[in-house]
Amino acid sequence: MPSAIPSAIQTLLSQAPVSDAAVAAFLEAHTFPIIEGRQATFVFQGAVDAVHLRHWVYGLASSQSFHRIEGTRLWYHTLELPPQSRVEYKFEVVLNGQHQWIQDPLNPNFAHDPFGANSVCAGQGYRRPAWTEPDPEARQGIVKEMLFKETKLGGPRRVSVYLPARFRETRRYPLLIVHDGGDYMRYASLQTVLDNLIHRLEVAPLVVALTHPGDRLSEYPNHPGHAAFIAEQLLPEMNAKFPLYDAPASRCLMGASFGGVAALATAWRYPGTFGRLLLQSGSFAFTDIGENKRGPTFAKVVEFINAFRDQPGKPSEKVYVSCGTYESLIYENRSMVPVLQATGMEVRYEEARDGHNWENWRDRLRSGLSWLFPGPLWMVYE
Amino acid sequence: MTVGVLLGPQRLAPIVGEAVEMLKIDGKIAAITAGWQERESEDQELCDALGNTSVNLMLHARGEAVFRDDPDFFAAHRAKQDRLRNLQELYRLRLASALKGARRVQQATAPRDLIESELEEALQALRLLDTHHAAKVRHIEEEFERKVRPLERPALRRQLREIDAILGECSGVAIAGGHVAVLYNRLRLFDLRSRIAHLPMLAWSAGAMAVSDRIVLFHDSPPQGRGNAEVLGAGLGLFPGVVVLPHARRRLMLHDHGRISVFARRFAGATCIALDERCWVKFEGARWTSGPNTFQLCSDGRLVDPTASNPPQNPPSDRPQTAAIRA
Repeated sequence: MPSAIPSAIQTLLSQAPVSDAAVAAFLEAHTFPIIEGRQATFVFQGAVDAVHLRHWVYGLASSQSFHRIEGTRLWYHTLELPPQSRVEYKFEVVLNGQHQWIQDPLNPNFAHDPFGANSVCAGQGYRRPAWTEPDPEARQGIVKEMLFKETKLGGPRRVSVYLPARFRETRRYPLLIVHDGGDYMRYASLQTVLDNLIHRLEVAPLVVALTHPGDRLSEYPNHPGHAAFIAEQLLPEMNAKFPLYDAPASRCLMGASFGGVAALATAWRYPGTFGRLLLQSGSFAFTDIGENKRGPTFAKVVEFINAFRDQPGKPSEKVYVSCGTYESLIYENRSMVPVLQATGMEVRYEEARDGHNWENWRDRLRSGLSWLFPGPLWMVYE
Repeated sequence: MTVGVLLGPQRLAPIVGEAVEMLKIDGKIAAITAGWQERESEDQELCDALGNTSVNLMLHARGEAVFRDDPDFFAAHRAKQDRLRNLQELYRLRLASALKGARRVQQATAPRDLIESELEEALQALRLLDTHHAAKVRHIEEEFERKVRPLERPALRRQLREIDAILGECSGVAIAGGHVAVLYNRLRLFDLRSRIAHLPMLAWSAGAMAVSDRIVLFHDSPPQGRGNAEVLGAGLGLFPGVVVLPHARRRLMLHDHGRISVFARRFAGATCIALDERCWVKFEGARWTSGPNTFQLCSDGRLVDPTASNPPQNPPSDRPQTAAIRA
């Protein structure tokens, strides 16, 4: 049992024995999970043998058991959740020895990712930022497709290009290159975010190249072909096709997770080319001594990050780094900050009570992009 | 005495056509869209809204032509702008601590009368800082004009002759929003104040800021920085006694009485007016009336509608126009 039973459950328990009508009234009266201060109470109703909360909060047991209210089919579990937290989760339901992971049937809020969808628990004070939702007043940019028939990665590669609203050939624009661009568009609402932040004058109008990886786990960790594709093929082609500023300060590499490693590795291999980096929850795994504990997928990452930490050089000028405090990578990201600062680059590091997921990365875009490419907010009154 | 109407944003619910009717402008209108910078000439929607009677003065393009034709003047102008930017940065540093002090006093736990007297002192320090900054800006501008004598330079005089010819055929002026510093610089560069003061005028958003007598930049919740409203400098001063605040609904925390109170009291002496969509203020010299839903920021932090006691003579209808214009 949790140490403190939340008041909503206490009220229900006080009606013991708890009738079906009381359960129905309880379900009708609340939205789920129930947030009471720092407590989040998850509720499941069903004739099952056990229910577990499965989440991705590093630091907590990843499976936590529910308790059944005697005489009912109602299960609950209470979790302490600091303010502003945002947690993605599923329920593991056990029946006749069969385990099934399901979304929370009582919670209409989901977050999607390449693996499906998770339920979302928003802790006290967390609200989805308004600038991540479509704004009918915001002018919309457009997305075009480019095809590289042959690349330094071998084979063809598609790149989507976002052009801001009111794009003009006669103007010049900064360039943002986004790793996993399709996922950023699908799961982190990137186009809506760009439209809104540019419309609000918080971010300068940008041209954005959205890359689509092949095997990202092999391409992203310091792959020479990947870096060459970005710096020697994509960048010159973008310069040729679009009116871009020709200065490192107007070129940014962005990525999340392994994409953050790819962005950093590309800048490292081509110092002085990309003056801005936006690195979200970078998979910056390293070892001080001994073997990498994260398995073979991380072998190349660790090799690169160890080499980078040993000789970082000065790959860029201005770097925005963010990470969720509920991620296992929080230690690696915090450790990376002083390394980046020691290079003489201007570094901004931000944390959020969130996990390794696309909506965490979405919610940090305003802060990162407006710092790297500030818009004319103070001067323009249209 | 200049007659004019200052308006809020015109993109989504334009009322410029109604403003033209209020001003009884009968004839060509000189349009100034320099705040749109390189998009200056994309004014078809504006022309439509003004009733196809407008002719664009093209002040942005004319400025670029002057800079191109007179490199020495361009270099001097750029040096002046750099100096103004440096001054603004220094002012911002002083402003940050002065405003922080005022807000901390306002939120302190102490007897109300003590807080009030100390807050007034803190606000007076802010007013002095703003006044000092505006004077320094004016000094730099005047020193530039004394040394460089823009109006005597052939490249500029060529443009002025054309501008005067256009204005000579116009019965009114429309000044659009956009980049307020660029717009104001162009207006000043071509000495527009003396050239348009006799014409009825409508101006919106940055245009309204530029023709008032003090340009205040503001945003309470920017993604970076503290959101400290700052004086950019004097405007053309054609419509005195107001600080105009376009997009106030989006840019200001209008529900935060403490913040609004500090804002209004800091700029006391002028009336701070929120100009959102369909809002307007009509001037006849120094006397003004305002339209429905046009709010004034009060020293106690409230928003009040000045029309309640001072209804306008000829308010525009609430019927939205179908044409949308850009800025």
